[in-house]
Amino acid sequence: MRGARRFAGHHLLTLVALLGFIYILAPIAVIALFSFNDPAGKYNYTWQGFTTQYWQNPFDIPALRDALITSIQIALLASIIATVLGTLIALALVRHAFRGRGSTNLLIFLPMSTPEIVMGASLLALFLNLGVATGFATILLAHVVFCIAFCVVTVKARLVGFDRRLEEAAMDLGANELRTFLRVTLPLILPGVAAAALLSFALSVDDFVITNFTHGTVVTFPLFIWGAARVGVPVQVNVIGTLIFLVAVGIMAIGVLVSTIRARRDRAIAARADEAAAHPA
Amino acid sequence: MGFLRRHPRAVPYLLIAPGLAWLAVLFVVPLYYLVTTSLQSGDIYQGFALTWQWSNYSEMLSEYRPQLLRSVQYAAIATIAALLIAYPMVYFIARRGGQWKSLLLVLLVAPFFVTYLIRTIAWQTILADEGLVVGVLRDVGILADDGRLLATSFAVVAGITYNYFPFMALPLYVALEQLDGRLLEASSDLYANPVKSFLRVTLPISLPGVFAGTLTTFIPAMGDFVNAQLLGTPKQYMIGNVIQSKFLVIVDYPLASAGAVILMVLILVGVTLYARALGTERLTG
Repeated sequence: MRGARRFAGHHLLTLVALLGFIYILAPIAVIALFSFNDPAGKYNYTWQGFTTQYWQNPFDIPALRDALITSIQIALLASIIATVLGTLIALALVRHAFRGRGSTNLLIFLPMSTPEIVMGASLLALFLNLGVATGFATILLAHVVFCIAFCVVTVKARLVGFDRRLEEAAMDLGANELRTFLRVTLPLILPGVAAAALLSFALSVDDFVITNFTHGTVVTFPLFIWGAARVGVPVQVNVIGTLIFLVAVGIMAIGVLVSTIRARRDRAIAARADEAAAHPA
Repeated sequence: MGFLRRHPRAVPYLLIAPGLAWLAVLFVVPLYYLVTTSLQSGDIYQGFALTWQWSNYSEMLSEYRPQLLRSVQYAAIATIAALLIAYPMVYFIARRGGQWKSLLLVLLVAPFFVTYLIRTIAWQTILADEGLVVGVLRDVGILADDGRLLATSFAVVAGITYNYFPFMALPLYVALEQLDGRLLEASSDLYANPVKSFLRVTLPISLPGVFAGTLTTFIPAMGDFVNAQLLGTPKQYMIGNVIQSKFLVIVDYPLASAGAVILMVLILVGVTLYARALGTERLTG
């Protein structure tokens, strides 16, 4: 009886998890499916017929292409700035005990726990009161704000397990601080820094709410979709959405693969070292 | 370099200075301007001036009470729904994932890299009147023949639940990943049935994840306006819709700012009470 119930419980969990994955992936499947649709009118909501026409030239709407380019430019700049600033803060928080550490942590945590609409509204209040014209620069300034916190958290996670003796060794061998940082510290924390940069890029490219408050007349990719949502979203947007999903899966899968191979290699090296220790020549 | 060697205590301050300056100027100062703007009066033609117009707050609270209450209600339901959907999935990945664990996690997160608005528009297609879901539900009689899903509160809550899903799933995963399988074996050896094992072992260990997940889902859900706008009608509008349209369409900055301040305060108070109720010391300690 208990065995039967456990068997049912086991498979019930699998079933529920499977349903969960269907729920998570259903909208992506719809986006991909409708990227092959051949809609009769402006609205791409019902299936009309199969075509690959939109995959052949996904960037042939000038306004869409310009919006994408603007988004990528902002995301590149924002992720570079936020990653540098965030890495420096993470280094200070993990490596140094200093007065004001608690308030620094609080100031990092607050933007993450503020609803986007409050952040957007307050930035617009600032720009209005100071008479700053909104546009490309104000979008960039705003994006860095919400990216910094995620960069700090990501790089911190990598720094916590860091063996400081490696740096001491470099210094003992005559490297100065800068050389030690560039040749030892940075390569070791690089996976964390790269993850922070990628995350920032993704957050920036995707941001709609805060951008909506700070964009002036500049149009980013999400703003283009928002405008198009009222009059019918072009099929090309589905093509680009599908591409984003494939790229995201690809990048993350490569990350998983690399870390699996590394872990396997490290285990092999450790096993060989154990063997050598057990049977000294 | 010479300066740093002579003053090692300056190092952390030099490291944090640029980032914190950015946050001070573009996060803290804006909040100050948000509060002062909320106490201004005037209009877009005459300009706005600080007149300590406290009535902006009373006007916001009385006139937009339904939207405010709806935000709390929708965000709460969406948070609970996300918890109920995410928990078994994440438990499955953490305990049964085996060598596929990382790839399953990638599948769980990857959909949320697709632009937020594209995802929400996909839900329009799924829930549309002529769509598959409505058709099936009408056929089996769960929905009336003219019953709809799109443009209802169900659609809005479903959209919010979906869009903030990773904020629930990832903290839960971090907590459940730490669960040592031997604890469950021990519990079963001591004659606890699976339900009891879950309630006495798994659930308490995962509580910090539940706490973090519900907070990181509830907070953005409270301020959301995209789902109500794309999947609902003005009857489903939330406080975010009011703030957004007052700020950017009607251009009544003071009233919009008052709305944003109220939302912020509501969240701060709510989070504090929630943390007290769940006892964060017990959870994190």
